[in-house]
Amino acid sequence: MPAENWIEPHPTGIYVKPCDAWIDPSTPRPRALVTHGHADHARGGHGAVWATPETLSIMGLRYGVGAEGNAMPYGEEVDLGGGVIASYHPAGHVLGSAQILLQHDGERVVVTGDYKRRADPTCPPFEVVPCDVLITEATFGLPVFKHPDTAEEVAKLLEARAANPDRCILVGAYALGKAQRVIGELRDAGYHETIYLHGALEKMCRLYEELGVDLGPLALVADQEKADLKGCIVLAPPGALNDRWSRRLPDPVTAMASGWMRVRQRARQRNVELPLVISDHADWDELTQTIEDVAPREIWVTHGREDALVHWCSMRQMKARALAMVGREDEDD
Amino acid sequence: MRAFAELIDRLIYTRSRNSKLALIADYLRQTPDPDRGWALAALTGELDLKTVKSSQIKAMADERFDPLLFRMSRDYVGDTAETVALMWQEPVGGVPAEDDLSVSTVIDLLADTSRAKAPQLLAGLMDRLDANGRYALLKLASGGMRVGVSARLAKTAVAQAFELNVDDVEEVWHALSPPYAELFAWGEGKTARPDPEGTPYFRPFMLAHPLEETRVDLADYAAEWKWDGIRVQIVGTHGSVRLYSRGGDDITASFPDIAEAFAADGVVDGELLVRGDVQGGEAASFNALQQRLGRKTVTAKMRKDFPAFVRLYDILIEGDQDVRALPWTERRARLEAFVPALDQGRFDISQLIPAESYDQLATIREGARDAAIEGVMLKRKDSPYIAGRKTGLWYKWKRDPLNADCVMMYAQRGSGKRSSVYSDYTFGCWTEDDELLPVGKAYSGFTDEELKMLDRFVRQNTVNRFGPVREVEKTMVLEVAFDSIHDSKRHKSGLAMRFPRISRIRTDKPADEADRIATLKRMVT
Repeated sequence: MPAENWIEPHPTGIYVKPCDAWIDPSTPRPRALVTHGHADHARGGHGAVWATPETLSIMGLRYGVGAEGNAMPYGEEVDLGGGVIASYHPAGHVLGSAQILLQHDGERVVVTGDYKRRADPTCPPFEVVPCDVLITEATFGLPVFKHPDTAEEVAKLLEARAANPDRCILVGAYALGKAQRVIGELRDAGYHETIYLHGALEKMCRLYEELGVDLGPLALVADQEKADLKGCIVLAPPGALNDRWSRRLPDPVTAMASGWMRVRQRARQRNVELPLVISDHADWDELTQTIEDVAPREIWVTHGREDALVHWCSMRQMKARALAMVGREDEDD
Repeated sequence: MRAFAELIDRLIYTRSRNSKLALIADYLRQTPDPDRGWALAALTGELDLKTVKSSQIKAMADERFDPLLFRMSRDYVGDTAETVALMWQEPVGGVPAEDDLSVSTVIDLLADTSRAKAPQLLAGLMDRLDANGRYALLKLASGGMRVGVSARLAKTAVAQAFELNVDDVEEVWHALSPPYAELFAWGEGKTARPDPEGTPYFRPFMLAHPLEETRVDLADYAAEWKWDGIRVQIVGTHGSVRLYSRGGDDITASFPDIAEAFAADGVVDGELLVRGDVQGGEAASFNALQQRLGRKTVTAKMRKDFPAFVRLYDILIEGDQDVRALPWTERRARLEAFVPALDQGRFDISQLIPAESYDQLATIREGARDAAIEGVMLKRKDSPYIAGRKTGLWYKWKRDPLNADCVMMYAQRGSGKRSSVYSDYTFGCWTEDDELLPVGKAYSGFTDEELKMLDRFVRQNTVNRFGPVREVEKTMVLEVAFDSIHDSKRHKSGLAMRFPRISRIRTDKPADEADRIATLKRMVT
């Protein structure tokens, strides 16, 4: 049966009609399929939730217990009723992130959620899942977004640290995913010093470690003397960068790890001195490469700069449409 | 290009003036000639490659990119050069790491090409650079670096790099040309200071402090009108004449009518204005002058429709005698003797205001609504002409701004660092038929917090979209301050504001209580 007959895109989420379930709904629903733990995809208040075990742990940390959790290890199939079989596959976005494959009446539909194609030391890599309809994100869906090599960006960070022994390097990174990724990338680059954290990052880092991601020596900024932080790397949520909180740091060099840093004026808006283009989303080349790799019959674009990606598809005679989704704020990269 | 691209990038992300100065000074010390000279010319806006204009960059983009993808990207990024640099498809195998182009190689190649061949040459250079290098190349080639560095700041960095006095640098500046080999030779102590004598070089302006709380005694100060044009310095030496703006930029090419008419040896300071027909040959409002600003060439029609003249304030050099050290009264007397010999159609003298007392002056200032008057200047009668702003010598006392409560009608995203924020607002007032008509547009005056709030308002109250413009629900009242308001045929409301800015956000005021067009008409000068 063609996907449009059993999958309905709504501004508040994707409704899978035969099994009466919603994918990443932005309002509380009795049955929710959740791709990953970011707040714009995983909300509290649902009745039952199907997600990877890691995503369920992350939701538990954020929203407490409440929803009935159905753990979906990667690759396992579950019958959701109404003839819909669902399985979860790595999306490479953050720990626990998944693409959801739905099979119904001979039709295969993949919802990517957020994803990236390049390596990430904190989560398993994206898997190409063949399907008829690909429902893809498009956060960085413009050809200006080409994320440089992550190692080069990490090298910039380490150079800035070496060049400023009397200052600290304050890196803005989102609490779930980006912070742990930056730590992991630093470790891979051979940096084994203690990395200092804003209090808001502590719990999630600890959860990552419990889930088997080794982050090396970490400590809280709150426990340190200002002078002892000279020459150190400090991580904080982006909101704290220009906040009073940062006054406790020794003359910080303000850095920000985000795909948006590719555009100069976006970096300037954030008062960033050291922009680091480290993204957990697919860039333009990854988005288009993925469409070619998956080679679906149809492409639906959920959120981001969907117009450009739809145009790219139509230039290649691929059937594509933009879905109007709300509440997906893509600033969390 | 690598060092230059890095300099440009770091300047963009550096906010503090001192850090910018240090970055430029380091670059100038460490980079060999002639690269550093070309870089300095780019920063001071004196690099003008005739072969590359934005149309050549656009042509190169059209060749390489899908037009719709390019347009969407350009809309998002807010800057053509950056969009092209980011979208550029690097050659297979990447950019050769060892192959660093020098700035001077790039300049030589671009200077030697033609407009027709420029896009192809540029594309070849783009293939040899990484994203930052491509951005720097396009900015260098098209002029206008937009890295938050004024010509003055760059000259200050030169002074800092080589421990020179910035006014000395400023004085020799216009006697030199890119890539400024003599300047660096002097800076490094290899040669004496280049001698600007015999060339029409720029002398730094004397500037005024705002009066604010100070009250001055008119026994010690002379009062004159502050005209609403642009400050200029006219330098005439041995038959060659130059016009300089306040920042030391050479603007002679924009005002050939003035330069041709100045048949004297000397240096004078005055206000450049445009004559308005309506006021019987008096100075027109700044709106009229704007027609003449920023043009590299001027048509005969422009010269005829907007004839420029200079209202003189002061004299710095008379013949070959430097009179800057003399007291103001003495210079004024010399100026009064100097002006009658000039072309009366192009030069006159700024009249003093005959006020007996400070209070009387305040009354005269209050009553002044001439379109070309910006306020009053107070000059200490014994003040020498000194570069810069020295406390207690000169004061400017601007006219109080006018105010109106207007309703936000449309919003547009800003450019540059505001490219993702709705920061440009068109606002209107009510007609007799309770219709809103636009009366102006403002993009300043608010704090960062207020901007966030206004941006959110626009996004949440959009009723219509016209390309990049959003029409909003007519509920937000903005108190707008402006220096003056004029009749205008260009606008449906028949009004045009001079320097409007948002002074307050009146969330407390219902939109139907905003001002009426008729009220604004009564403020017209």
